[in-house]
Amino acid sequence: MIEIQNLTKDYGKIRALDDVSFTVEKGEIVGFLGPNGAGKSTTMNIITGFISSTSGTVRVAGYDVLENPVEVKKHIGYLPEQPPLYPDMTVSEFLDFCAELKKVPRREWKSQKKDIMELVKVTHVSHRLIRNLSKGYRQRVGLAQALVGSPEVLILDEPTVGLDPKQIIEIRKLIKALGKKHTIILSTHILPEVSAVCDRVIIINKGRIAAVDTPENLSRKLSDFSRFTITVAGPEKRVREILQGVDGVKEVSVGGKPAEDETSFIVEADKDRDVRRPIFNQLAAAGYPILELKSMNLTLEEIFLQLTTTEAKEAV
Amino acid sequence: MLAILRRDFRSYFNSPIAYVLIGLFICIMSLFFVDSLNAGVANFSSNFISSMSFMLLFIVPILTMRSFSEDKKSGTEVLLLTSPVRLSQVVLGKYLAATAVFLVLTAVSLVFPLVLLIYGKPDGATLFSAYLGFILLGMVFISVGVFASSLTENQIVAAIITFVSLFTLTSFSYIGSYVGGLVGKVLNWLAFMEKYYEFSAGIIDITSIIFMLSFAVVFVFLTVRILERKRWSQG
Repeated sequence: MIEIQNLTKDYGKIRALDDVSFTVEKGEIVGFLGPNGAGKSTTMNIITGFISSTSGTVRVAGYDVLENPVEVKKHIGYLPEQPPLYPDMTVSEFLDFCAELKKVPRREWKSQKKDIMELVKVTHVSHRLIRNLSKGYRQRVGLAQALVGSPEVLILDEPTVGLDPKQIIEIRKLIKALGKKHTIILSTHILPEVSAVCDRVIIINKGRIAAVDTPENLSRKLSDFSRFTITVAGPEKRVREILQGVDGVKEVSVGGKPAEDETSFIVEADKDRDVRRPIFNQLAAAGYPILELKSMNLTLEEIFLQLTTTEAKEAV
Repeated sequence: MLAILRRDFRSYFNSPIAYVLIGLFICIMSLFFVDSLNAGVANFSSNFISSMSFMLLFIVPILTMRSFSEDKKSGTEVLLLTSPVRLSQVVLGKYLAATAVFLVLTAVSLVFPLVLLIYGKPDGATLFSAYLGFILLGMVFISVGVFASSLTENQIVAAIITFVSLFTLTSFSYIGSYVGGLVGKVLNWLAFMEKYYEFSAGIIDITSIIFMLSFAVVFVFLTVRILERKRWSQG
Protein backbone atom coordinates (compact mmCIF):
# COMPACT_ATOMS: atom_id res chain seq x y z
CA MET A 1 0.00 0.00 0.00
CA ILE A 2 2.78 2.39 0.92
CA GLU A 3 6.28 1.95 -0.44
CA ILE A 4 9.06 4.23 0.66
CA GLN A 5 12.51 3.94 -0.84
CA ASN A 6 15.73 5.68 0.14
CA LEU A 7 13.94 8.73 1.43
CA THR A 8 16.25 11.60 2.35
CA LYS A 9 15.38 15.10 3.44
CA ASP A 10 17.80 17.94 4.11
CA TYR A 11 16.94 21.13 5.90
CA GLY A 12 19.87 23.29 4.97
CA LYS A 13 22.85 21.43 6.34
CA ILE A 14 20.81 19.33 8.71
CA ARG A 15 19.82 15.92 7.45
CA ALA A 16 16.37 15.26 8.88
CA LEU A 17 15.88 11.93 7.12
CA ASP A 18 18.69 9.70 5.99
CA ASP A 19 18.00 6.92 3.52
CA VAL A 20 14.74 5.71 5.02
CA SER A 21 13.02 2.76 3.33
CA PHE A 22 10.06 0.70 4.42
CA THR A 23 6.78 -0.66 3.15
CA VAL A 24 3.37 -0.89 4.74
CA GLU A 25 0.97 -3.61 3.63
CA LYS A 26 -2.73 -3.12 3.17
CA GLY A 27 -4.63 -3.32 6.45
CA GLU A 28 -1.60 -2.98 8.69
CA ILE A 29 -1.32 -0.66 11.65
CA VAL A 30 2.26 0.51 11.76
CA GLY A 31 3.67 2.50 14.62
CA PHE A 32 6.36 5.08 14.08
CA LEU A 33 8.31 5.23 17.27
CA GLY A 34 11.06 7.66 18.07
CA PRO A 35 12.09 10.49 20.35
CA ASN A 36 11.16 14.08 19.52
CA GLY A 37 12.96 15.35 16.46
CA ALA A 38 13.69 11.88 15.11
CA GLY A 39 12.04 12.59 11.76
CA LYS A 40 8.56 11.14 12.31
CA SER A 41 6.63 14.23 11.30
CA THR A 42 8.97 14.91 8.40
CA THR A 43 8.34 11.44 7.01
CA MET A 44 4.60 11.87 7.38
CA ASN A 45 4.64 15.29 5.77
CA ILE A 46 6.49 13.82 2.81
CA ILE A 47 4.10 10.87 2.42
CA THR A 48 1.12 13.22 2.41
CA GLY A 49 2.76 15.51 -0.12
CA PHE A 50 2.88 18.52 2.18
CA ILE A 51 6.61 18.86 1.76
CA SER A 52 8.90 17.24 -0.78
CA SER A 53 11.82 14.96 -0.22
CA THR A 54 15.39 15.76 -1.19
CA SER A 55 15.68 12.35 -2.80
CA GLY A 56 13.95 9.00 -2.74
CA THR A 57 10.50 7.85 -3.79
CA VAL A 58 7.16 7.49 -2.06
CA ARG A 59 4.37 5.46 -3.61
CA VAL A 60 0.90 5.21 -2.17
CA ALA A 61 -1.60 2.81 -3.72
CA GLY A 62 0.75 2.57 -6.70
CA TYR A 63 0.92 6.33 -7.35
CA ASP A 64 4.10 8.34 -6.97
CA VAL A 65 3.74 11.35 -4.69
CA LEU A 66 5.74 13.61 -6.99
CA GLU A 67 4.25 12.48 -10.29
CA ASN A 68 0.67 12.16 -9.21
CA PRO A 69 0.13 14.17 -6.02
CA VAL A 70 -3.62 14.64 -6.41
CA GLU A 71 -4.19 10.90 -6.86
CA VAL A 72 -2.05 10.11 -3.79
CA LYS A 73 -3.83 12.70 -1.68
CA LYS A 74 -7.17 11.13 -2.59
CA HIS A 75 -6.06 7.93 -0.84
CA ILE A 76 -4.80 9.56 2.34
CA GLY A 77 -6.47 10.99 5.41
CA TYR A 78 -3.99 13.00 7.42
CA LEU A 79 -4.08 14.16 11.01
CA PRO A 80 -1.03 16.37 11.53
CA GLU A 81 0.52 17.02 14.92
CA GLN A 82 -1.53 20.18 15.26
CA PRO A 83 -5.07 19.33 14.12
CA PRO A 84 -5.91 21.62 11.17
CA LEU A 85 -9.15 23.21 12.33
CA TYR A 86 -10.87 26.49 11.56
CA PRO A 87 -11.87 27.93 14.94
CA ASP A 88 -14.60 30.10 13.44
CA MET A 89 -16.58 27.14 12.07
CA THR A 90 -18.86 24.69 13.81
CA VAL A 91 -17.87 21.02 13.80
CA SER A 92 -20.61 20.25 11.30
CA GLU A 93 -19.66 23.10 8.95
CA PHE A 94 -16.02 22.15 9.14
CA LEU A 95 -16.67 18.54 8.20
CA ASP A 96 -18.88 19.67 5.32
CA PHE A 97 -16.01 21.84 4.13
CA CYS A 98 -13.60 18.89 4.31
CA ALA A 99 -16.02 16.71 2.37
CA GLU A 100 -16.22 19.37 -0.33
CA LEU A 101 -12.44 19.69 -0.45
CA LYS A 102 -12.09 15.93 -0.78
CA LYS A 103 -14.89 15.81 -3.33
CA VAL A 104 -17.09 13.34 -1.48
CA PRO A 105 -20.31 12.86 -3.48
CA ARG A 106 -23.21 14.66 -1.80
CA ARG A 107 -25.48 11.62 -1.60
CA GLU A 108 -22.86 9.56 0.20
CA TRP A 109 -21.78 12.39 2.45
CA LYS A 110 -24.95 12.68 4.47
CA SER A 111 -24.81 9.18 5.89
CA GLN A 112 -21.03 9.14 6.03
CA LYS A 113 -20.98 12.31 8.09
CA LYS A 114 -23.37 10.78 10.58
CA ASP A 115 -21.22 7.64 10.84
CA ILE A 116 -17.98 9.55 11.29
CA MET A 117 -19.40 11.83 13.96
CA GLU A 118 -20.76 8.87 15.88
CA LEU A 119 -17.49 6.96 15.52
CA VAL A 120 -15.36 9.72 17.03
CA LYS A 121 -18.18 10.77 19.37
CA VAL A 122 -18.62 14.38 18.37
CA THR A 123 -22.32 14.23 17.41
CA HIS A 124 -23.39 16.12 20.52
CA VAL A 125 -20.99 18.99 19.85
CA SER A 126 -21.63 19.19 16.11
CA HIS A 127 -23.22 22.65 16.33
CA ARG A 128 -20.62 24.19 18.55
CA LEU A 129 -17.82 26.41 17.31
CA ILE A 130 -14.49 24.61 17.18
CA ARG A 131 -13.02 27.61 19.01
CA ASN A 132 -15.00 26.62 22.10
CA LEU A 133 -14.05 22.94 22.15
CA SER A 134 -11.59 21.37 24.56
CA LYS A 135 -8.29 19.92 23.39
CA GLY A 136 -9.69 16.39 23.52
CA TYR A 137 -12.63 17.24 21.30
CA ARG A 138 -10.46 19.17 18.88
CA GLN A 139 -8.28 16.10 18.52
CA ARG A 140 -11.38 14.05 17.74
CA VAL A 141 -12.61 16.55 15.18
CA GLY A 142 -9.12 16.39 13.66
CA LEU A 143 -9.46 12.64 13.47
CA ALA A 144 -12.94 12.98 11.97
CA GLN A 145 -11.45 15.26 9.33
CA ALA A 146 -8.93 12.56 8.41
CA LEU A 147 -11.76 10.03 8.05
CA VAL A 148 -13.79 12.15 5.62
CA GLY A 149 -14.14 10.35 2.31
CA SER A 150 -13.01 7.12 4.05
CA PRO A 151 -9.50 7.10 2.57
CA GLU A 152 -7.68 3.78 2.42
CA VAL A 153 -4.65 5.13 4.25
CA LEU A 154 -4.75 7.03 7.53
CA ILE A 155 -1.69 8.91 8.69
CA LEU A 156 -1.93 10.05 12.28
CA ASP A 157 0.81 12.17 13.81
CA GLU A 158 0.82 11.71 17.59
CA PRO A 159 -2.94 11.20 17.78
CA THR A 160 -3.05 10.89 21.58
CA VAL A 161 -0.84 13.80 22.51
CA GLY A 162 -2.43 16.22 24.97
CA LEU A 163 -5.32 13.94 25.90
CA ASP A 164 -6.20 12.72 29.35
CA PRO A 165 -5.67 9.01 30.16
CA LYS A 166 -9.31 8.09 29.61
CA GLN A 167 -9.39 9.81 26.23
CA ILE A 168 -6.10 8.17 25.29
CA ILE A 169 -7.58 4.73 25.89
CA GLU A 170 -10.67 5.65 23.85
CA ILE A 171 -8.66 6.97 20.92
CA ARG A 172 -6.42 3.88 20.95
CA LYS A 173 -9.47 1.66 20.85
CA LEU A 174 -10.85 3.72 18.02
CA ILE A 175 -7.62 3.45 16.04
CA LYS A 176 -7.56 -0.29 16.60
CA ALA A 177 -11.13 -0.50 15.28
CA LEU A 178 -10.28 1.67 12.28
CA GLY A 179 -7.41 -0.66 11.49
CA LYS A 180 -9.89 -3.25 10.30
CA LYS A 181 -10.84 -1.11 7.31
CA HIS A 182 -7.88 1.20 6.83
CA THR A 183 -4.12 1.01 6.53
CA ILE A 184 -2.76 3.14 9.33
CA ILE A 185 0.57 4.75 10.10
CA LEU A 186 0.69 6.45 13.45
CA SER A 187 3.57 8.14 15.16
CA THR A 188 4.25 8.31 18.84
CA HIS A 189 7.04 8.69 21.30
CA ILE A 190 5.23 6.58 23.85
CA LEU A 191 6.31 2.96 24.01
CA PRO A 192 3.17 1.35 25.49
CA GLU A 193 1.03 3.02 22.85
CA VAL A 194 2.75 1.00 20.19
CA SER A 195 2.24 -2.32 21.90
CA ALA A 196 -1.39 -1.38 22.54
CA VAL A 197 -2.38 -0.75 18.92
CA CYS A 198 0.27 -1.61 16.36
CA ASP A 199 0.95 -4.72 14.31
CA ARG A 200 4.43 -3.56 13.50
CA VAL A 201 6.84 -0.96 14.80
CA ILE A 202 9.34 1.17 12.97
CA ILE A 203 11.82 2.73 15.33
CA ILE A 204 13.34 5.87 13.96
CA ASN A 205 16.12 7.87 15.53
CA LYS A 206 18.08 10.83 14.20
CA GLY A 207 16.53 10.38 10.77
CA ARG A 208 17.47 6.74 10.42
CA ILE A 209 15.47 3.58 10.87
CA ALA A 210 16.88 1.79 13.90
CA ALA A 211 14.64 -1.29 13.86
CA VAL A 212 11.53 -2.74 12.26
CA ASP A 213 9.70 -5.51 14.05
CA THR A 214 6.53 -6.56 15.84
CA PRO A 215 6.04 -5.08 19.31
CA GLU A 216 6.39 -8.56 20.87
CA ASN A 217 9.72 -9.28 19.20
CA LEU A 218 11.05 -5.90 20.17
CA SER A 219 10.29 -6.30 23.82
CA ARG A 220 11.80 -9.78 23.71
CA LYS A 221 14.94 -8.37 22.17
CA LEU A 222 15.06 -5.78 24.87
CA SER A 223 14.86 -8.26 27.69
CA ASP A 224 17.43 -10.42 25.95
CA PHE A 225 20.34 -10.66 28.33
CA SER A 226 22.02 -13.60 26.67
CA ARG A 227 24.90 -11.36 25.65
CA PHE A 228 26.00 -8.53 27.87
CA THR A 229 29.01 -6.69 29.23
CA ILE A 230 29.82 -6.66 32.89
CA THR A 231 32.42 -4.55 34.66
CA VAL A 232 33.71 -5.87 37.96
CA ALA A 233 36.21 -4.54 40.48
CA GLY A 234 38.56 -7.40 41.35
CA PRO A 235 41.42 -9.51 40.00
CA GLU A 236 40.75 -10.51 36.41
CA LYS A 237 41.62 -14.16 36.73
CA ARG A 238 39.55 -14.79 39.85
CA VAL A 239 36.49 -12.95 38.54
CA ARG A 240 36.63 -14.85 35.26
CA GLU A 241 36.65 -18.13 37.16
CA ILE A 242 33.59 -17.11 39.14
CA LEU A 243 31.75 -15.99 35.99
CA GLN A 244 32.57 -19.21 34.18
CA GLY A 245 31.43 -21.16 37.18
CA VAL A 246 27.89 -19.75 37.02
CA ASP A 247 25.32 -22.20 35.71
CA GLY A 248 24.17 -21.13 32.21
CA VAL A 249 27.19 -19.05 31.24
CA LYS A 250 28.69 -20.31 27.99
CA GLU A 251 31.57 -18.01 27.29
CA VAL A 252 33.48 -15.25 29.01
CA SER A 253 35.99 -12.96 27.31
CA VAL A 254 37.76 -9.83 28.43
CA GLY A 255 36.39 -6.69 26.82
CA GLY A 256 38.70 -4.10 28.32
CA LYS A 257 40.23 -2.65 31.44
CA PRO A 258 38.60 0.66 32.34
CA ALA A 259 40.83 1.05 35.45
CA GLU A 260 43.71 -0.68 37.30
CA ASP A 261 41.61 -3.10 39.32
CA GLU A 262 38.53 -3.13 37.12
CA THR A 263 37.80 -5.46 34.21
CA SER A 264 35.02 -5.56 31.63
CA PHE A 265 33.94 -8.97 30.44
CA ILE A 266 31.69 -9.96 27.59
CA VAL A 267 29.48 -12.76 28.76
CA GLU A 268 27.42 -15.08 26.62
CA ALA A 269 24.78 -17.18 28.30
CA ASP A 270 21.93 -19.52 27.40
CA LYS A 271 19.11 -17.70 25.68
CA ASP A 272 16.27 -18.78 27.93
CA ARG A 273 18.11 -18.24 31.15
CA ASP A 274 18.65 -15.08 33.14
CA VAL A 275 22.09 -15.44 34.67
CA ARG A 276 22.32 -11.93 36.06
CA ARG A 277 21.06 -12.76 39.53
CA PRO A 278 23.37 -15.76 40.21
CA ILE A 279 26.31 -13.76 38.88
CA PHE A 280 25.50 -10.96 41.28
CA ASN A 281 25.13 -13.32 44.24
CA GLN A 282 28.38 -15.14 43.60
CA LEU A 283 30.45 -12.03 42.96
CA ALA A 284 28.97 -10.39 46.02
CA ALA A 285 29.82 -13.42 48.10
CA ALA A 286 33.40 -13.28 46.84
CA GLY A 287 33.55 -9.56 47.61
CA TYR A 288 33.93 -8.27 44.04
CA PRO A 289 31.40 -5.49 43.36
CA ILE A 290 29.67 -5.22 39.95
CA LEU A 291 30.19 -1.70 38.62
CA GLU A 292 28.20 -2.01 35.45
CA LEU A 293 26.04 -4.51 33.62
CA LYS A 294 24.41 -3.80 30.29
CA SER A 295 22.98 -5.52 27.30
CA MET A 296 25.08 -5.54 24.14
CA ASN A 297 22.08 -4.46 22.08
CA LEU A 298 23.18 -0.91 22.63
CA THR A 299 21.61 1.31 20.02
CA LEU A 300 18.13 -0.09 20.53
CA GLU A 301 18.54 0.09 24.26
CA GLU A 302 19.53 3.71 24.13
CA ILE A 303 16.55 4.68 22.04
CA PHE A 304 14.21 2.84 24.30
CA LEU A 305 15.76 4.42 27.33
CA GLN A 306 15.02 7.81 25.84
CA LEU A 307 11.49 6.75 25.00
CA THR A 308 10.68 5.27 28.34
CA THR A 309 12.08 8.22 30.24
CA THR A 310 9.85 10.57 28.26
CA GLU A 311 6.85 8.44 29.11
CA ALA A 312 7.83 8.38 32.77
CA LYS A 313 8.17 12.13 32.84
CA GLU A 314 4.76 12.56 31.29
CA ALA A 315 3.13 10.23 33.74
CA VAL A 316 4.20 12.41 36.66
CA MET B 1 -11.94 25.75 -5.35
CA LEU B 2 -15.56 26.67 -4.69
CA ALA B 3 -15.32 25.11 -1.23
CA ILE B 4 -12.38 27.33 -0.31
CA LEU B 5 -14.03 30.39 -1.86
CA ARG B 6 -17.20 29.82 0.14
CA ARG B 7 -15.39 29.10 3.39
CA ASP B 8 -13.12 32.11 3.21
CA PHE B 9 -15.95 34.39 2.17
CA ARG B 10 -18.05 33.25 5.11
CA SER B 11 -15.07 33.57 7.42
CA TYR B 12 -14.68 37.24 6.44
CA PHE B 13 -18.25 37.81 7.56
CA ASN B 14 -18.00 35.56 10.63
CA SER B 15 -15.34 37.85 11.99
CA PRO B 16 -15.87 41.60 12.36
CA ILE B 17 -13.27 42.30 9.67
CA ALA B 18 -15.60 42.60 6.66
CA TYR B 19 -18.16 44.71 8.54
CA VAL B 20 -15.53 47.02 9.99
CA LEU B 21 -13.87 47.47 6.60
CA ILE B 22 -17.11 48.16 4.73
CA GLY B 23 -18.43 50.40 7.50
CA LEU B 24 -15.21 52.38 7.67
CA PHE B 25 -15.03 52.69 3.92
CA ILE B 26 -18.58 54.00 3.62
CA CYS B 27 -18.04 56.38 6.56
CA ILE B 28 -14.96 57.99 5.08
CA MET B 29 -16.39 58.02 1.59
CA SER B 30 -19.48 59.86 2.75
CA LEU B 31 -17.19 62.62 4.06
CA PHE B 32 -15.51 62.77 0.65
CA PHE B 33 -18.94 62.72 -0.93
CA VAL B 34 -20.28 65.72 0.97
CA ASP B 35 -17.01 67.53 0.56
CA SER B 36 -16.84 67.13 -3.21
CA LEU B 37 -20.53 68.06 -3.50
CA ASN B 38 -19.80 71.32 -1.70
CA ALA B 39 -16.71 71.98 -3.80
CA GLY B 40 -18.78 71.57 -6.95
CA VAL B 41 -16.42 69.52 -9.11
CA ALA B 42 -17.11 69.49 -12.84
CA ASN B 43 -16.86 65.74 -13.43
CA PHE B 44 -18.28 64.57 -10.20
CA SER B 45 -18.57 60.79 -10.57
CA SER B 46 -15.06 60.18 -11.90
CA ASN B 47 -13.59 62.47 -9.31
CA PHE B 48 -15.40 60.79 -6.49
CA ILE B 49 -14.55 57.27 -7.62
CA SER B 50 -10.90 58.27 -7.90
CA SER B 51 -10.92 59.06 -4.22
CA MET B 52 -12.59 55.69 -3.61
CA SER B 53 -9.66 54.09 -5.40
CA PHE B 54 -7.26 55.98 -3.23
CA MET B 55 -8.98 54.42 -0.21
CA LEU B 56 -8.27 50.97 -1.65
CA LEU B 57 -4.62 51.49 -0.72
CA PHE B 58 -5.67 51.14 2.92
CA ILE B 59 -8.63 48.79 2.57
CA VAL B 60 -6.99 46.02 0.53
CA PRO B 61 -4.02 45.31 2.84
CA ILE B 62 -6.43 44.71 5.72
CA LEU B 63 -8.73 42.64 3.55
CA THR B 64 -6.04 40.27 2.27
CA MET B 65 -3.67 40.11 5.22
CA ARG B 66 -5.24 36.98 6.64
CA SER B 67 -5.70 35.16 3.36
CA PHE B 68 -2.78 32.72 3.65
CA SER B 69 -1.13 34.03 6.80
CA GLU B 70 -3.91 32.81 9.04
CA ASP B 71 -3.88 29.31 7.55
CA LYS B 72 -0.16 29.15 8.04
CA LYS B 73 -0.40 30.20 11.63
CA SER B 74 -3.29 27.95 12.63
CA GLY B 75 -1.95 24.93 10.75
CA THR B 76 -4.92 24.65 8.41
CA GLU B 77 -2.50 25.18 5.54
CA VAL B 78 -1.68 21.47 5.91
CA LEU B 79 -5.32 20.58 5.37
CA LEU B 80 -5.54 22.64 2.18
CA LEU B 81 -2.24 21.43 0.78
CA THR B 82 -2.80 17.74 1.53
CA SER B 83 -6.29 17.71 0.07
CA PRO B 84 -6.76 16.36 -3.43
CA VAL B 85 -6.96 19.89 -4.81
CA ARG B 86 -4.48 21.60 -7.11
CA LEU B 87 -2.41 24.36 -5.61
CA SER B 88 -3.66 26.80 -8.24
CA GLN B 89 -7.22 26.08 -7.19
CA VAL B 90 -6.41 26.76 -3.55
CA VAL B 91 -4.89 30.11 -4.46
CA LEU B 92 -7.71 30.98 -6.84
CA GLY B 93 -10.31 30.10 -4.20
CA LYS B 94 -8.66 32.39 -1.69
CA TYR B 95 -8.18 35.16 -4.24
CA LEU B 96 -11.80 35.02 -5.38
CA ALA B 97 -13.07 35.03 -1.79
CA ALA B 98 -11.25 38.29 -1.09
CA THR B 99 -12.49 39.63 -4.42
CA ALA B 100 -16.06 38.67 -3.52
CA VAL B 101 -15.84 40.65 -0.28
CA PHE B 102 -14.45 43.55 -2.30
CA LEU B 103 -17.43 43.29 -4.68
CA VAL B 104 -19.82 43.43 -1.72
CA LEU B 105 -18.05 46.60 -0.64
CA THR B 106 -18.37 47.96 -4.18
CA ALA B 107 -22.07 47.13 -4.21
CA VAL B 108 -22.62 48.96 -0.93
CA SER B 109 -20.77 51.99 -2.29
CA LEU B 110 -23.36 52.20 -5.08
CA VAL B 111 -25.43 54.10 -2.56
CA PHE B 112 -23.54 57.30 -3.51
CA PRO B 113 -24.33 57.23 -7.24
CA LEU B 114 -27.88 56.34 -6.23
CA VAL B 115 -28.16 59.58 -4.26
CA LEU B 116 -26.81 61.41 -7.30
CA LEU B 117 -29.36 59.74 -9.55
CA ILE B 118 -32.21 60.80 -7.30
CA TYR B 119 -31.17 64.44 -7.03
CA GLY B 120 -29.38 65.04 -10.30
CA LYS B 121 -28.36 63.69 -13.66
CA PRO B 122 -24.92 62.08 -13.53
CA ASP B 123 -23.38 60.84 -16.75
CA GLY B 124 -24.26 57.13 -16.66
CA ALA B 125 -21.57 56.06 -19.11
CA THR B 126 -18.76 57.75 -17.21
CA LEU B 127 -20.09 56.34 -13.98
CA PHE B 128 -20.04 52.83 -15.43
CA SER B 129 -16.56 53.20 -16.82
CA ALA B 130 -15.25 54.66 -13.56
CA TYR B 131 -16.74 51.78 -11.61
CA LEU B 132 -15.28 49.25 -14.02
CA GLY B 133 -11.89 50.85 -13.46
CA PHE B 134 -12.43 50.75 -9.71
CA ILE B 135 -13.24 47.04 -9.77
CA LEU B 136 -10.28 46.18 -12.00
CA LEU B 137 -7.97 48.19 -9.78
CA GLY B 138 -9.33 46.38 -6.74
CA MET B 139 -8.66 43.02 -8.39
CA VAL B 140 -5.05 44.01 -9.11
CA PHE B 141 -4.55 45.25 -5.55
CA ILE B 142 -6.05 42.08 -4.06
CA SER B 143 -3.76 39.87 -6.13
CA VAL B 144 -0.78 41.76 -4.67
CA GLY B 145 -2.25 41.41 -1.17
CA VAL B 146 -2.84 37.67 -1.47
CA PHE B 147 0.69 37.28 -2.77
CA ALA B 148 2.09 39.19 0.21
CA SER B 149 0.10 37.08 2.65
CA SER B 150 1.56 33.90 1.17
CA LEU B 151 5.00 35.16 2.15
CA THR B 152 4.52 35.33 5.89
CA GLU B 153 2.51 33.84 8.73
CA ASN B 154 2.24 37.22 10.41
CA GLN B 155 -0.85 39.15 9.35
CA ILE B 156 0.55 42.55 10.30
CA VAL B 157 3.68 41.94 8.27
CA ALA B 158 1.51 40.84 5.34
CA ALA B 159 -0.54 44.03 5.57
CA ILE B 160 2.55 46.21 5.67
CA ILE B 161 4.18 44.44 2.71
CA THR B 162 0.95 44.87 0.78
CA PHE B 163 0.65 48.54 1.61
CA VAL B 164 4.25 49.33 0.69
CA SER B 165 4.03 47.32 -2.56
CA LEU B 166 0.78 48.97 -3.57
CA PHE B 167 2.18 52.37 -2.78
CA THR B 168 5.24 51.67 -4.90
CA LEU B 169 3.22 50.19 -7.75
CA THR B 170 0.84 53.12 -7.88
CA SER B 171 3.67 55.62 -8.00
CA PHE B 172 5.40 53.94 -10.95
CA SER B 173 4.37 56.68 -13.36
CA TYR B 174 5.79 59.40 -11.08
CA ILE B 175 9.00 57.49 -10.56
CA GLY B 176 9.13 56.74 -14.28
CA SER B 177 8.95 60.37 -15.26
CA TYR B 178 11.73 61.24 -12.80
CA VAL B 179 14.07 58.44 -13.79
CA GLY B 180 13.61 58.66 -17.56
CA GLY B 181 15.52 56.48 -20.01
CA LEU B 182 14.83 52.80 -20.42
CA VAL B 183 13.96 52.21 -16.77
CA GLY B 184 11.52 55.07 -16.93
CA LYS B 185 9.95 53.58 -20.04
CA VAL B 186 9.52 50.18 -18.39
CA LEU B 187 8.03 51.75 -15.28
CA ASN B 188 5.69 53.84 -17.37
CA TRP B 189 4.61 50.78 -19.30
CA LEU B 190 3.89 48.95 -16.03
CA ALA B 191 2.05 51.88 -14.49
CA PHE B 192 -1.45 50.51 -14.27
CA MET B 193 -2.62 53.68 -12.55
CA GLU B 194 -2.37 55.41 -15.93
CA LYS B 195 -4.70 52.79 -17.36
CA TYR B 196 -6.96 53.29 -14.41
CA TYR B 197 -7.20 57.06 -15.02
CA GLU B 198 -8.44 56.33 -18.52
CA PHE B 199 -11.36 54.44 -17.05
CA SER B 200 -12.22 57.20 -14.64
CA ALA B 201 -12.13 59.65 -17.53
CA GLY B 202 -14.74 57.50 -19.26
CA ILE B 203 -12.49 55.70 -21.74
CA ILE B 204 -13.02 51.94 -21.84
CA ASP B 205 -10.08 50.43 -23.67
CA ILE B 206 -10.02 46.67 -24.12
CA THR B 207 -6.20 46.60 -23.94
CA SER B 208 -6.38 48.32 -20.56
CA ILE B 209 -8.84 45.72 -19.29
CA ILE B 210 -6.59 42.92 -20.48
CA PHE B 211 -3.53 44.67 -19.07
CA MET B 212 -5.01 44.97 -15.60
CA LEU B 213 -6.43 41.47 -15.57
CA SER B 214 -3.07 40.06 -16.60
CA PHE B 215 -1.46 41.99 -13.79
CA ALA B 216 -3.75 40.18 -11.35
CA VAL B 217 -3.11 36.83 -13.06
CA VAL B 218 0.65 37.32 -12.76
CA PHE B 219 0.42 37.84 -9.01
CA VAL B 220 -1.94 34.90 -8.53
CA PHE B 221 0.55 32.81 -10.47
CA LEU B 222 3.42 34.11 -8.35
CA THR B 223 1.50 33.10 -5.22
CA VAL B 224 1.19 29.55 -6.56
CA ARG B 225 4.93 29.54 -7.23
CA ILE B 226 5.70 30.76 -3.71
CA LEU B 227 3.64 27.99 -2.14
CA GLU B 228 5.19 25.43 -4.44
CA ARG B 229 8.68 26.63 -3.65
CA LYS B 230 7.93 26.33 0.08
CA ARG B 231 7.13 22.70 -0.46
CA TRP B 232 10.48 22.15 -2.09
CA SER B 233 12.46 24.30 0.26
CA GLN B 234 15.50 22.82 1.86
CA GLY B 235 15.81 25.39 4.56
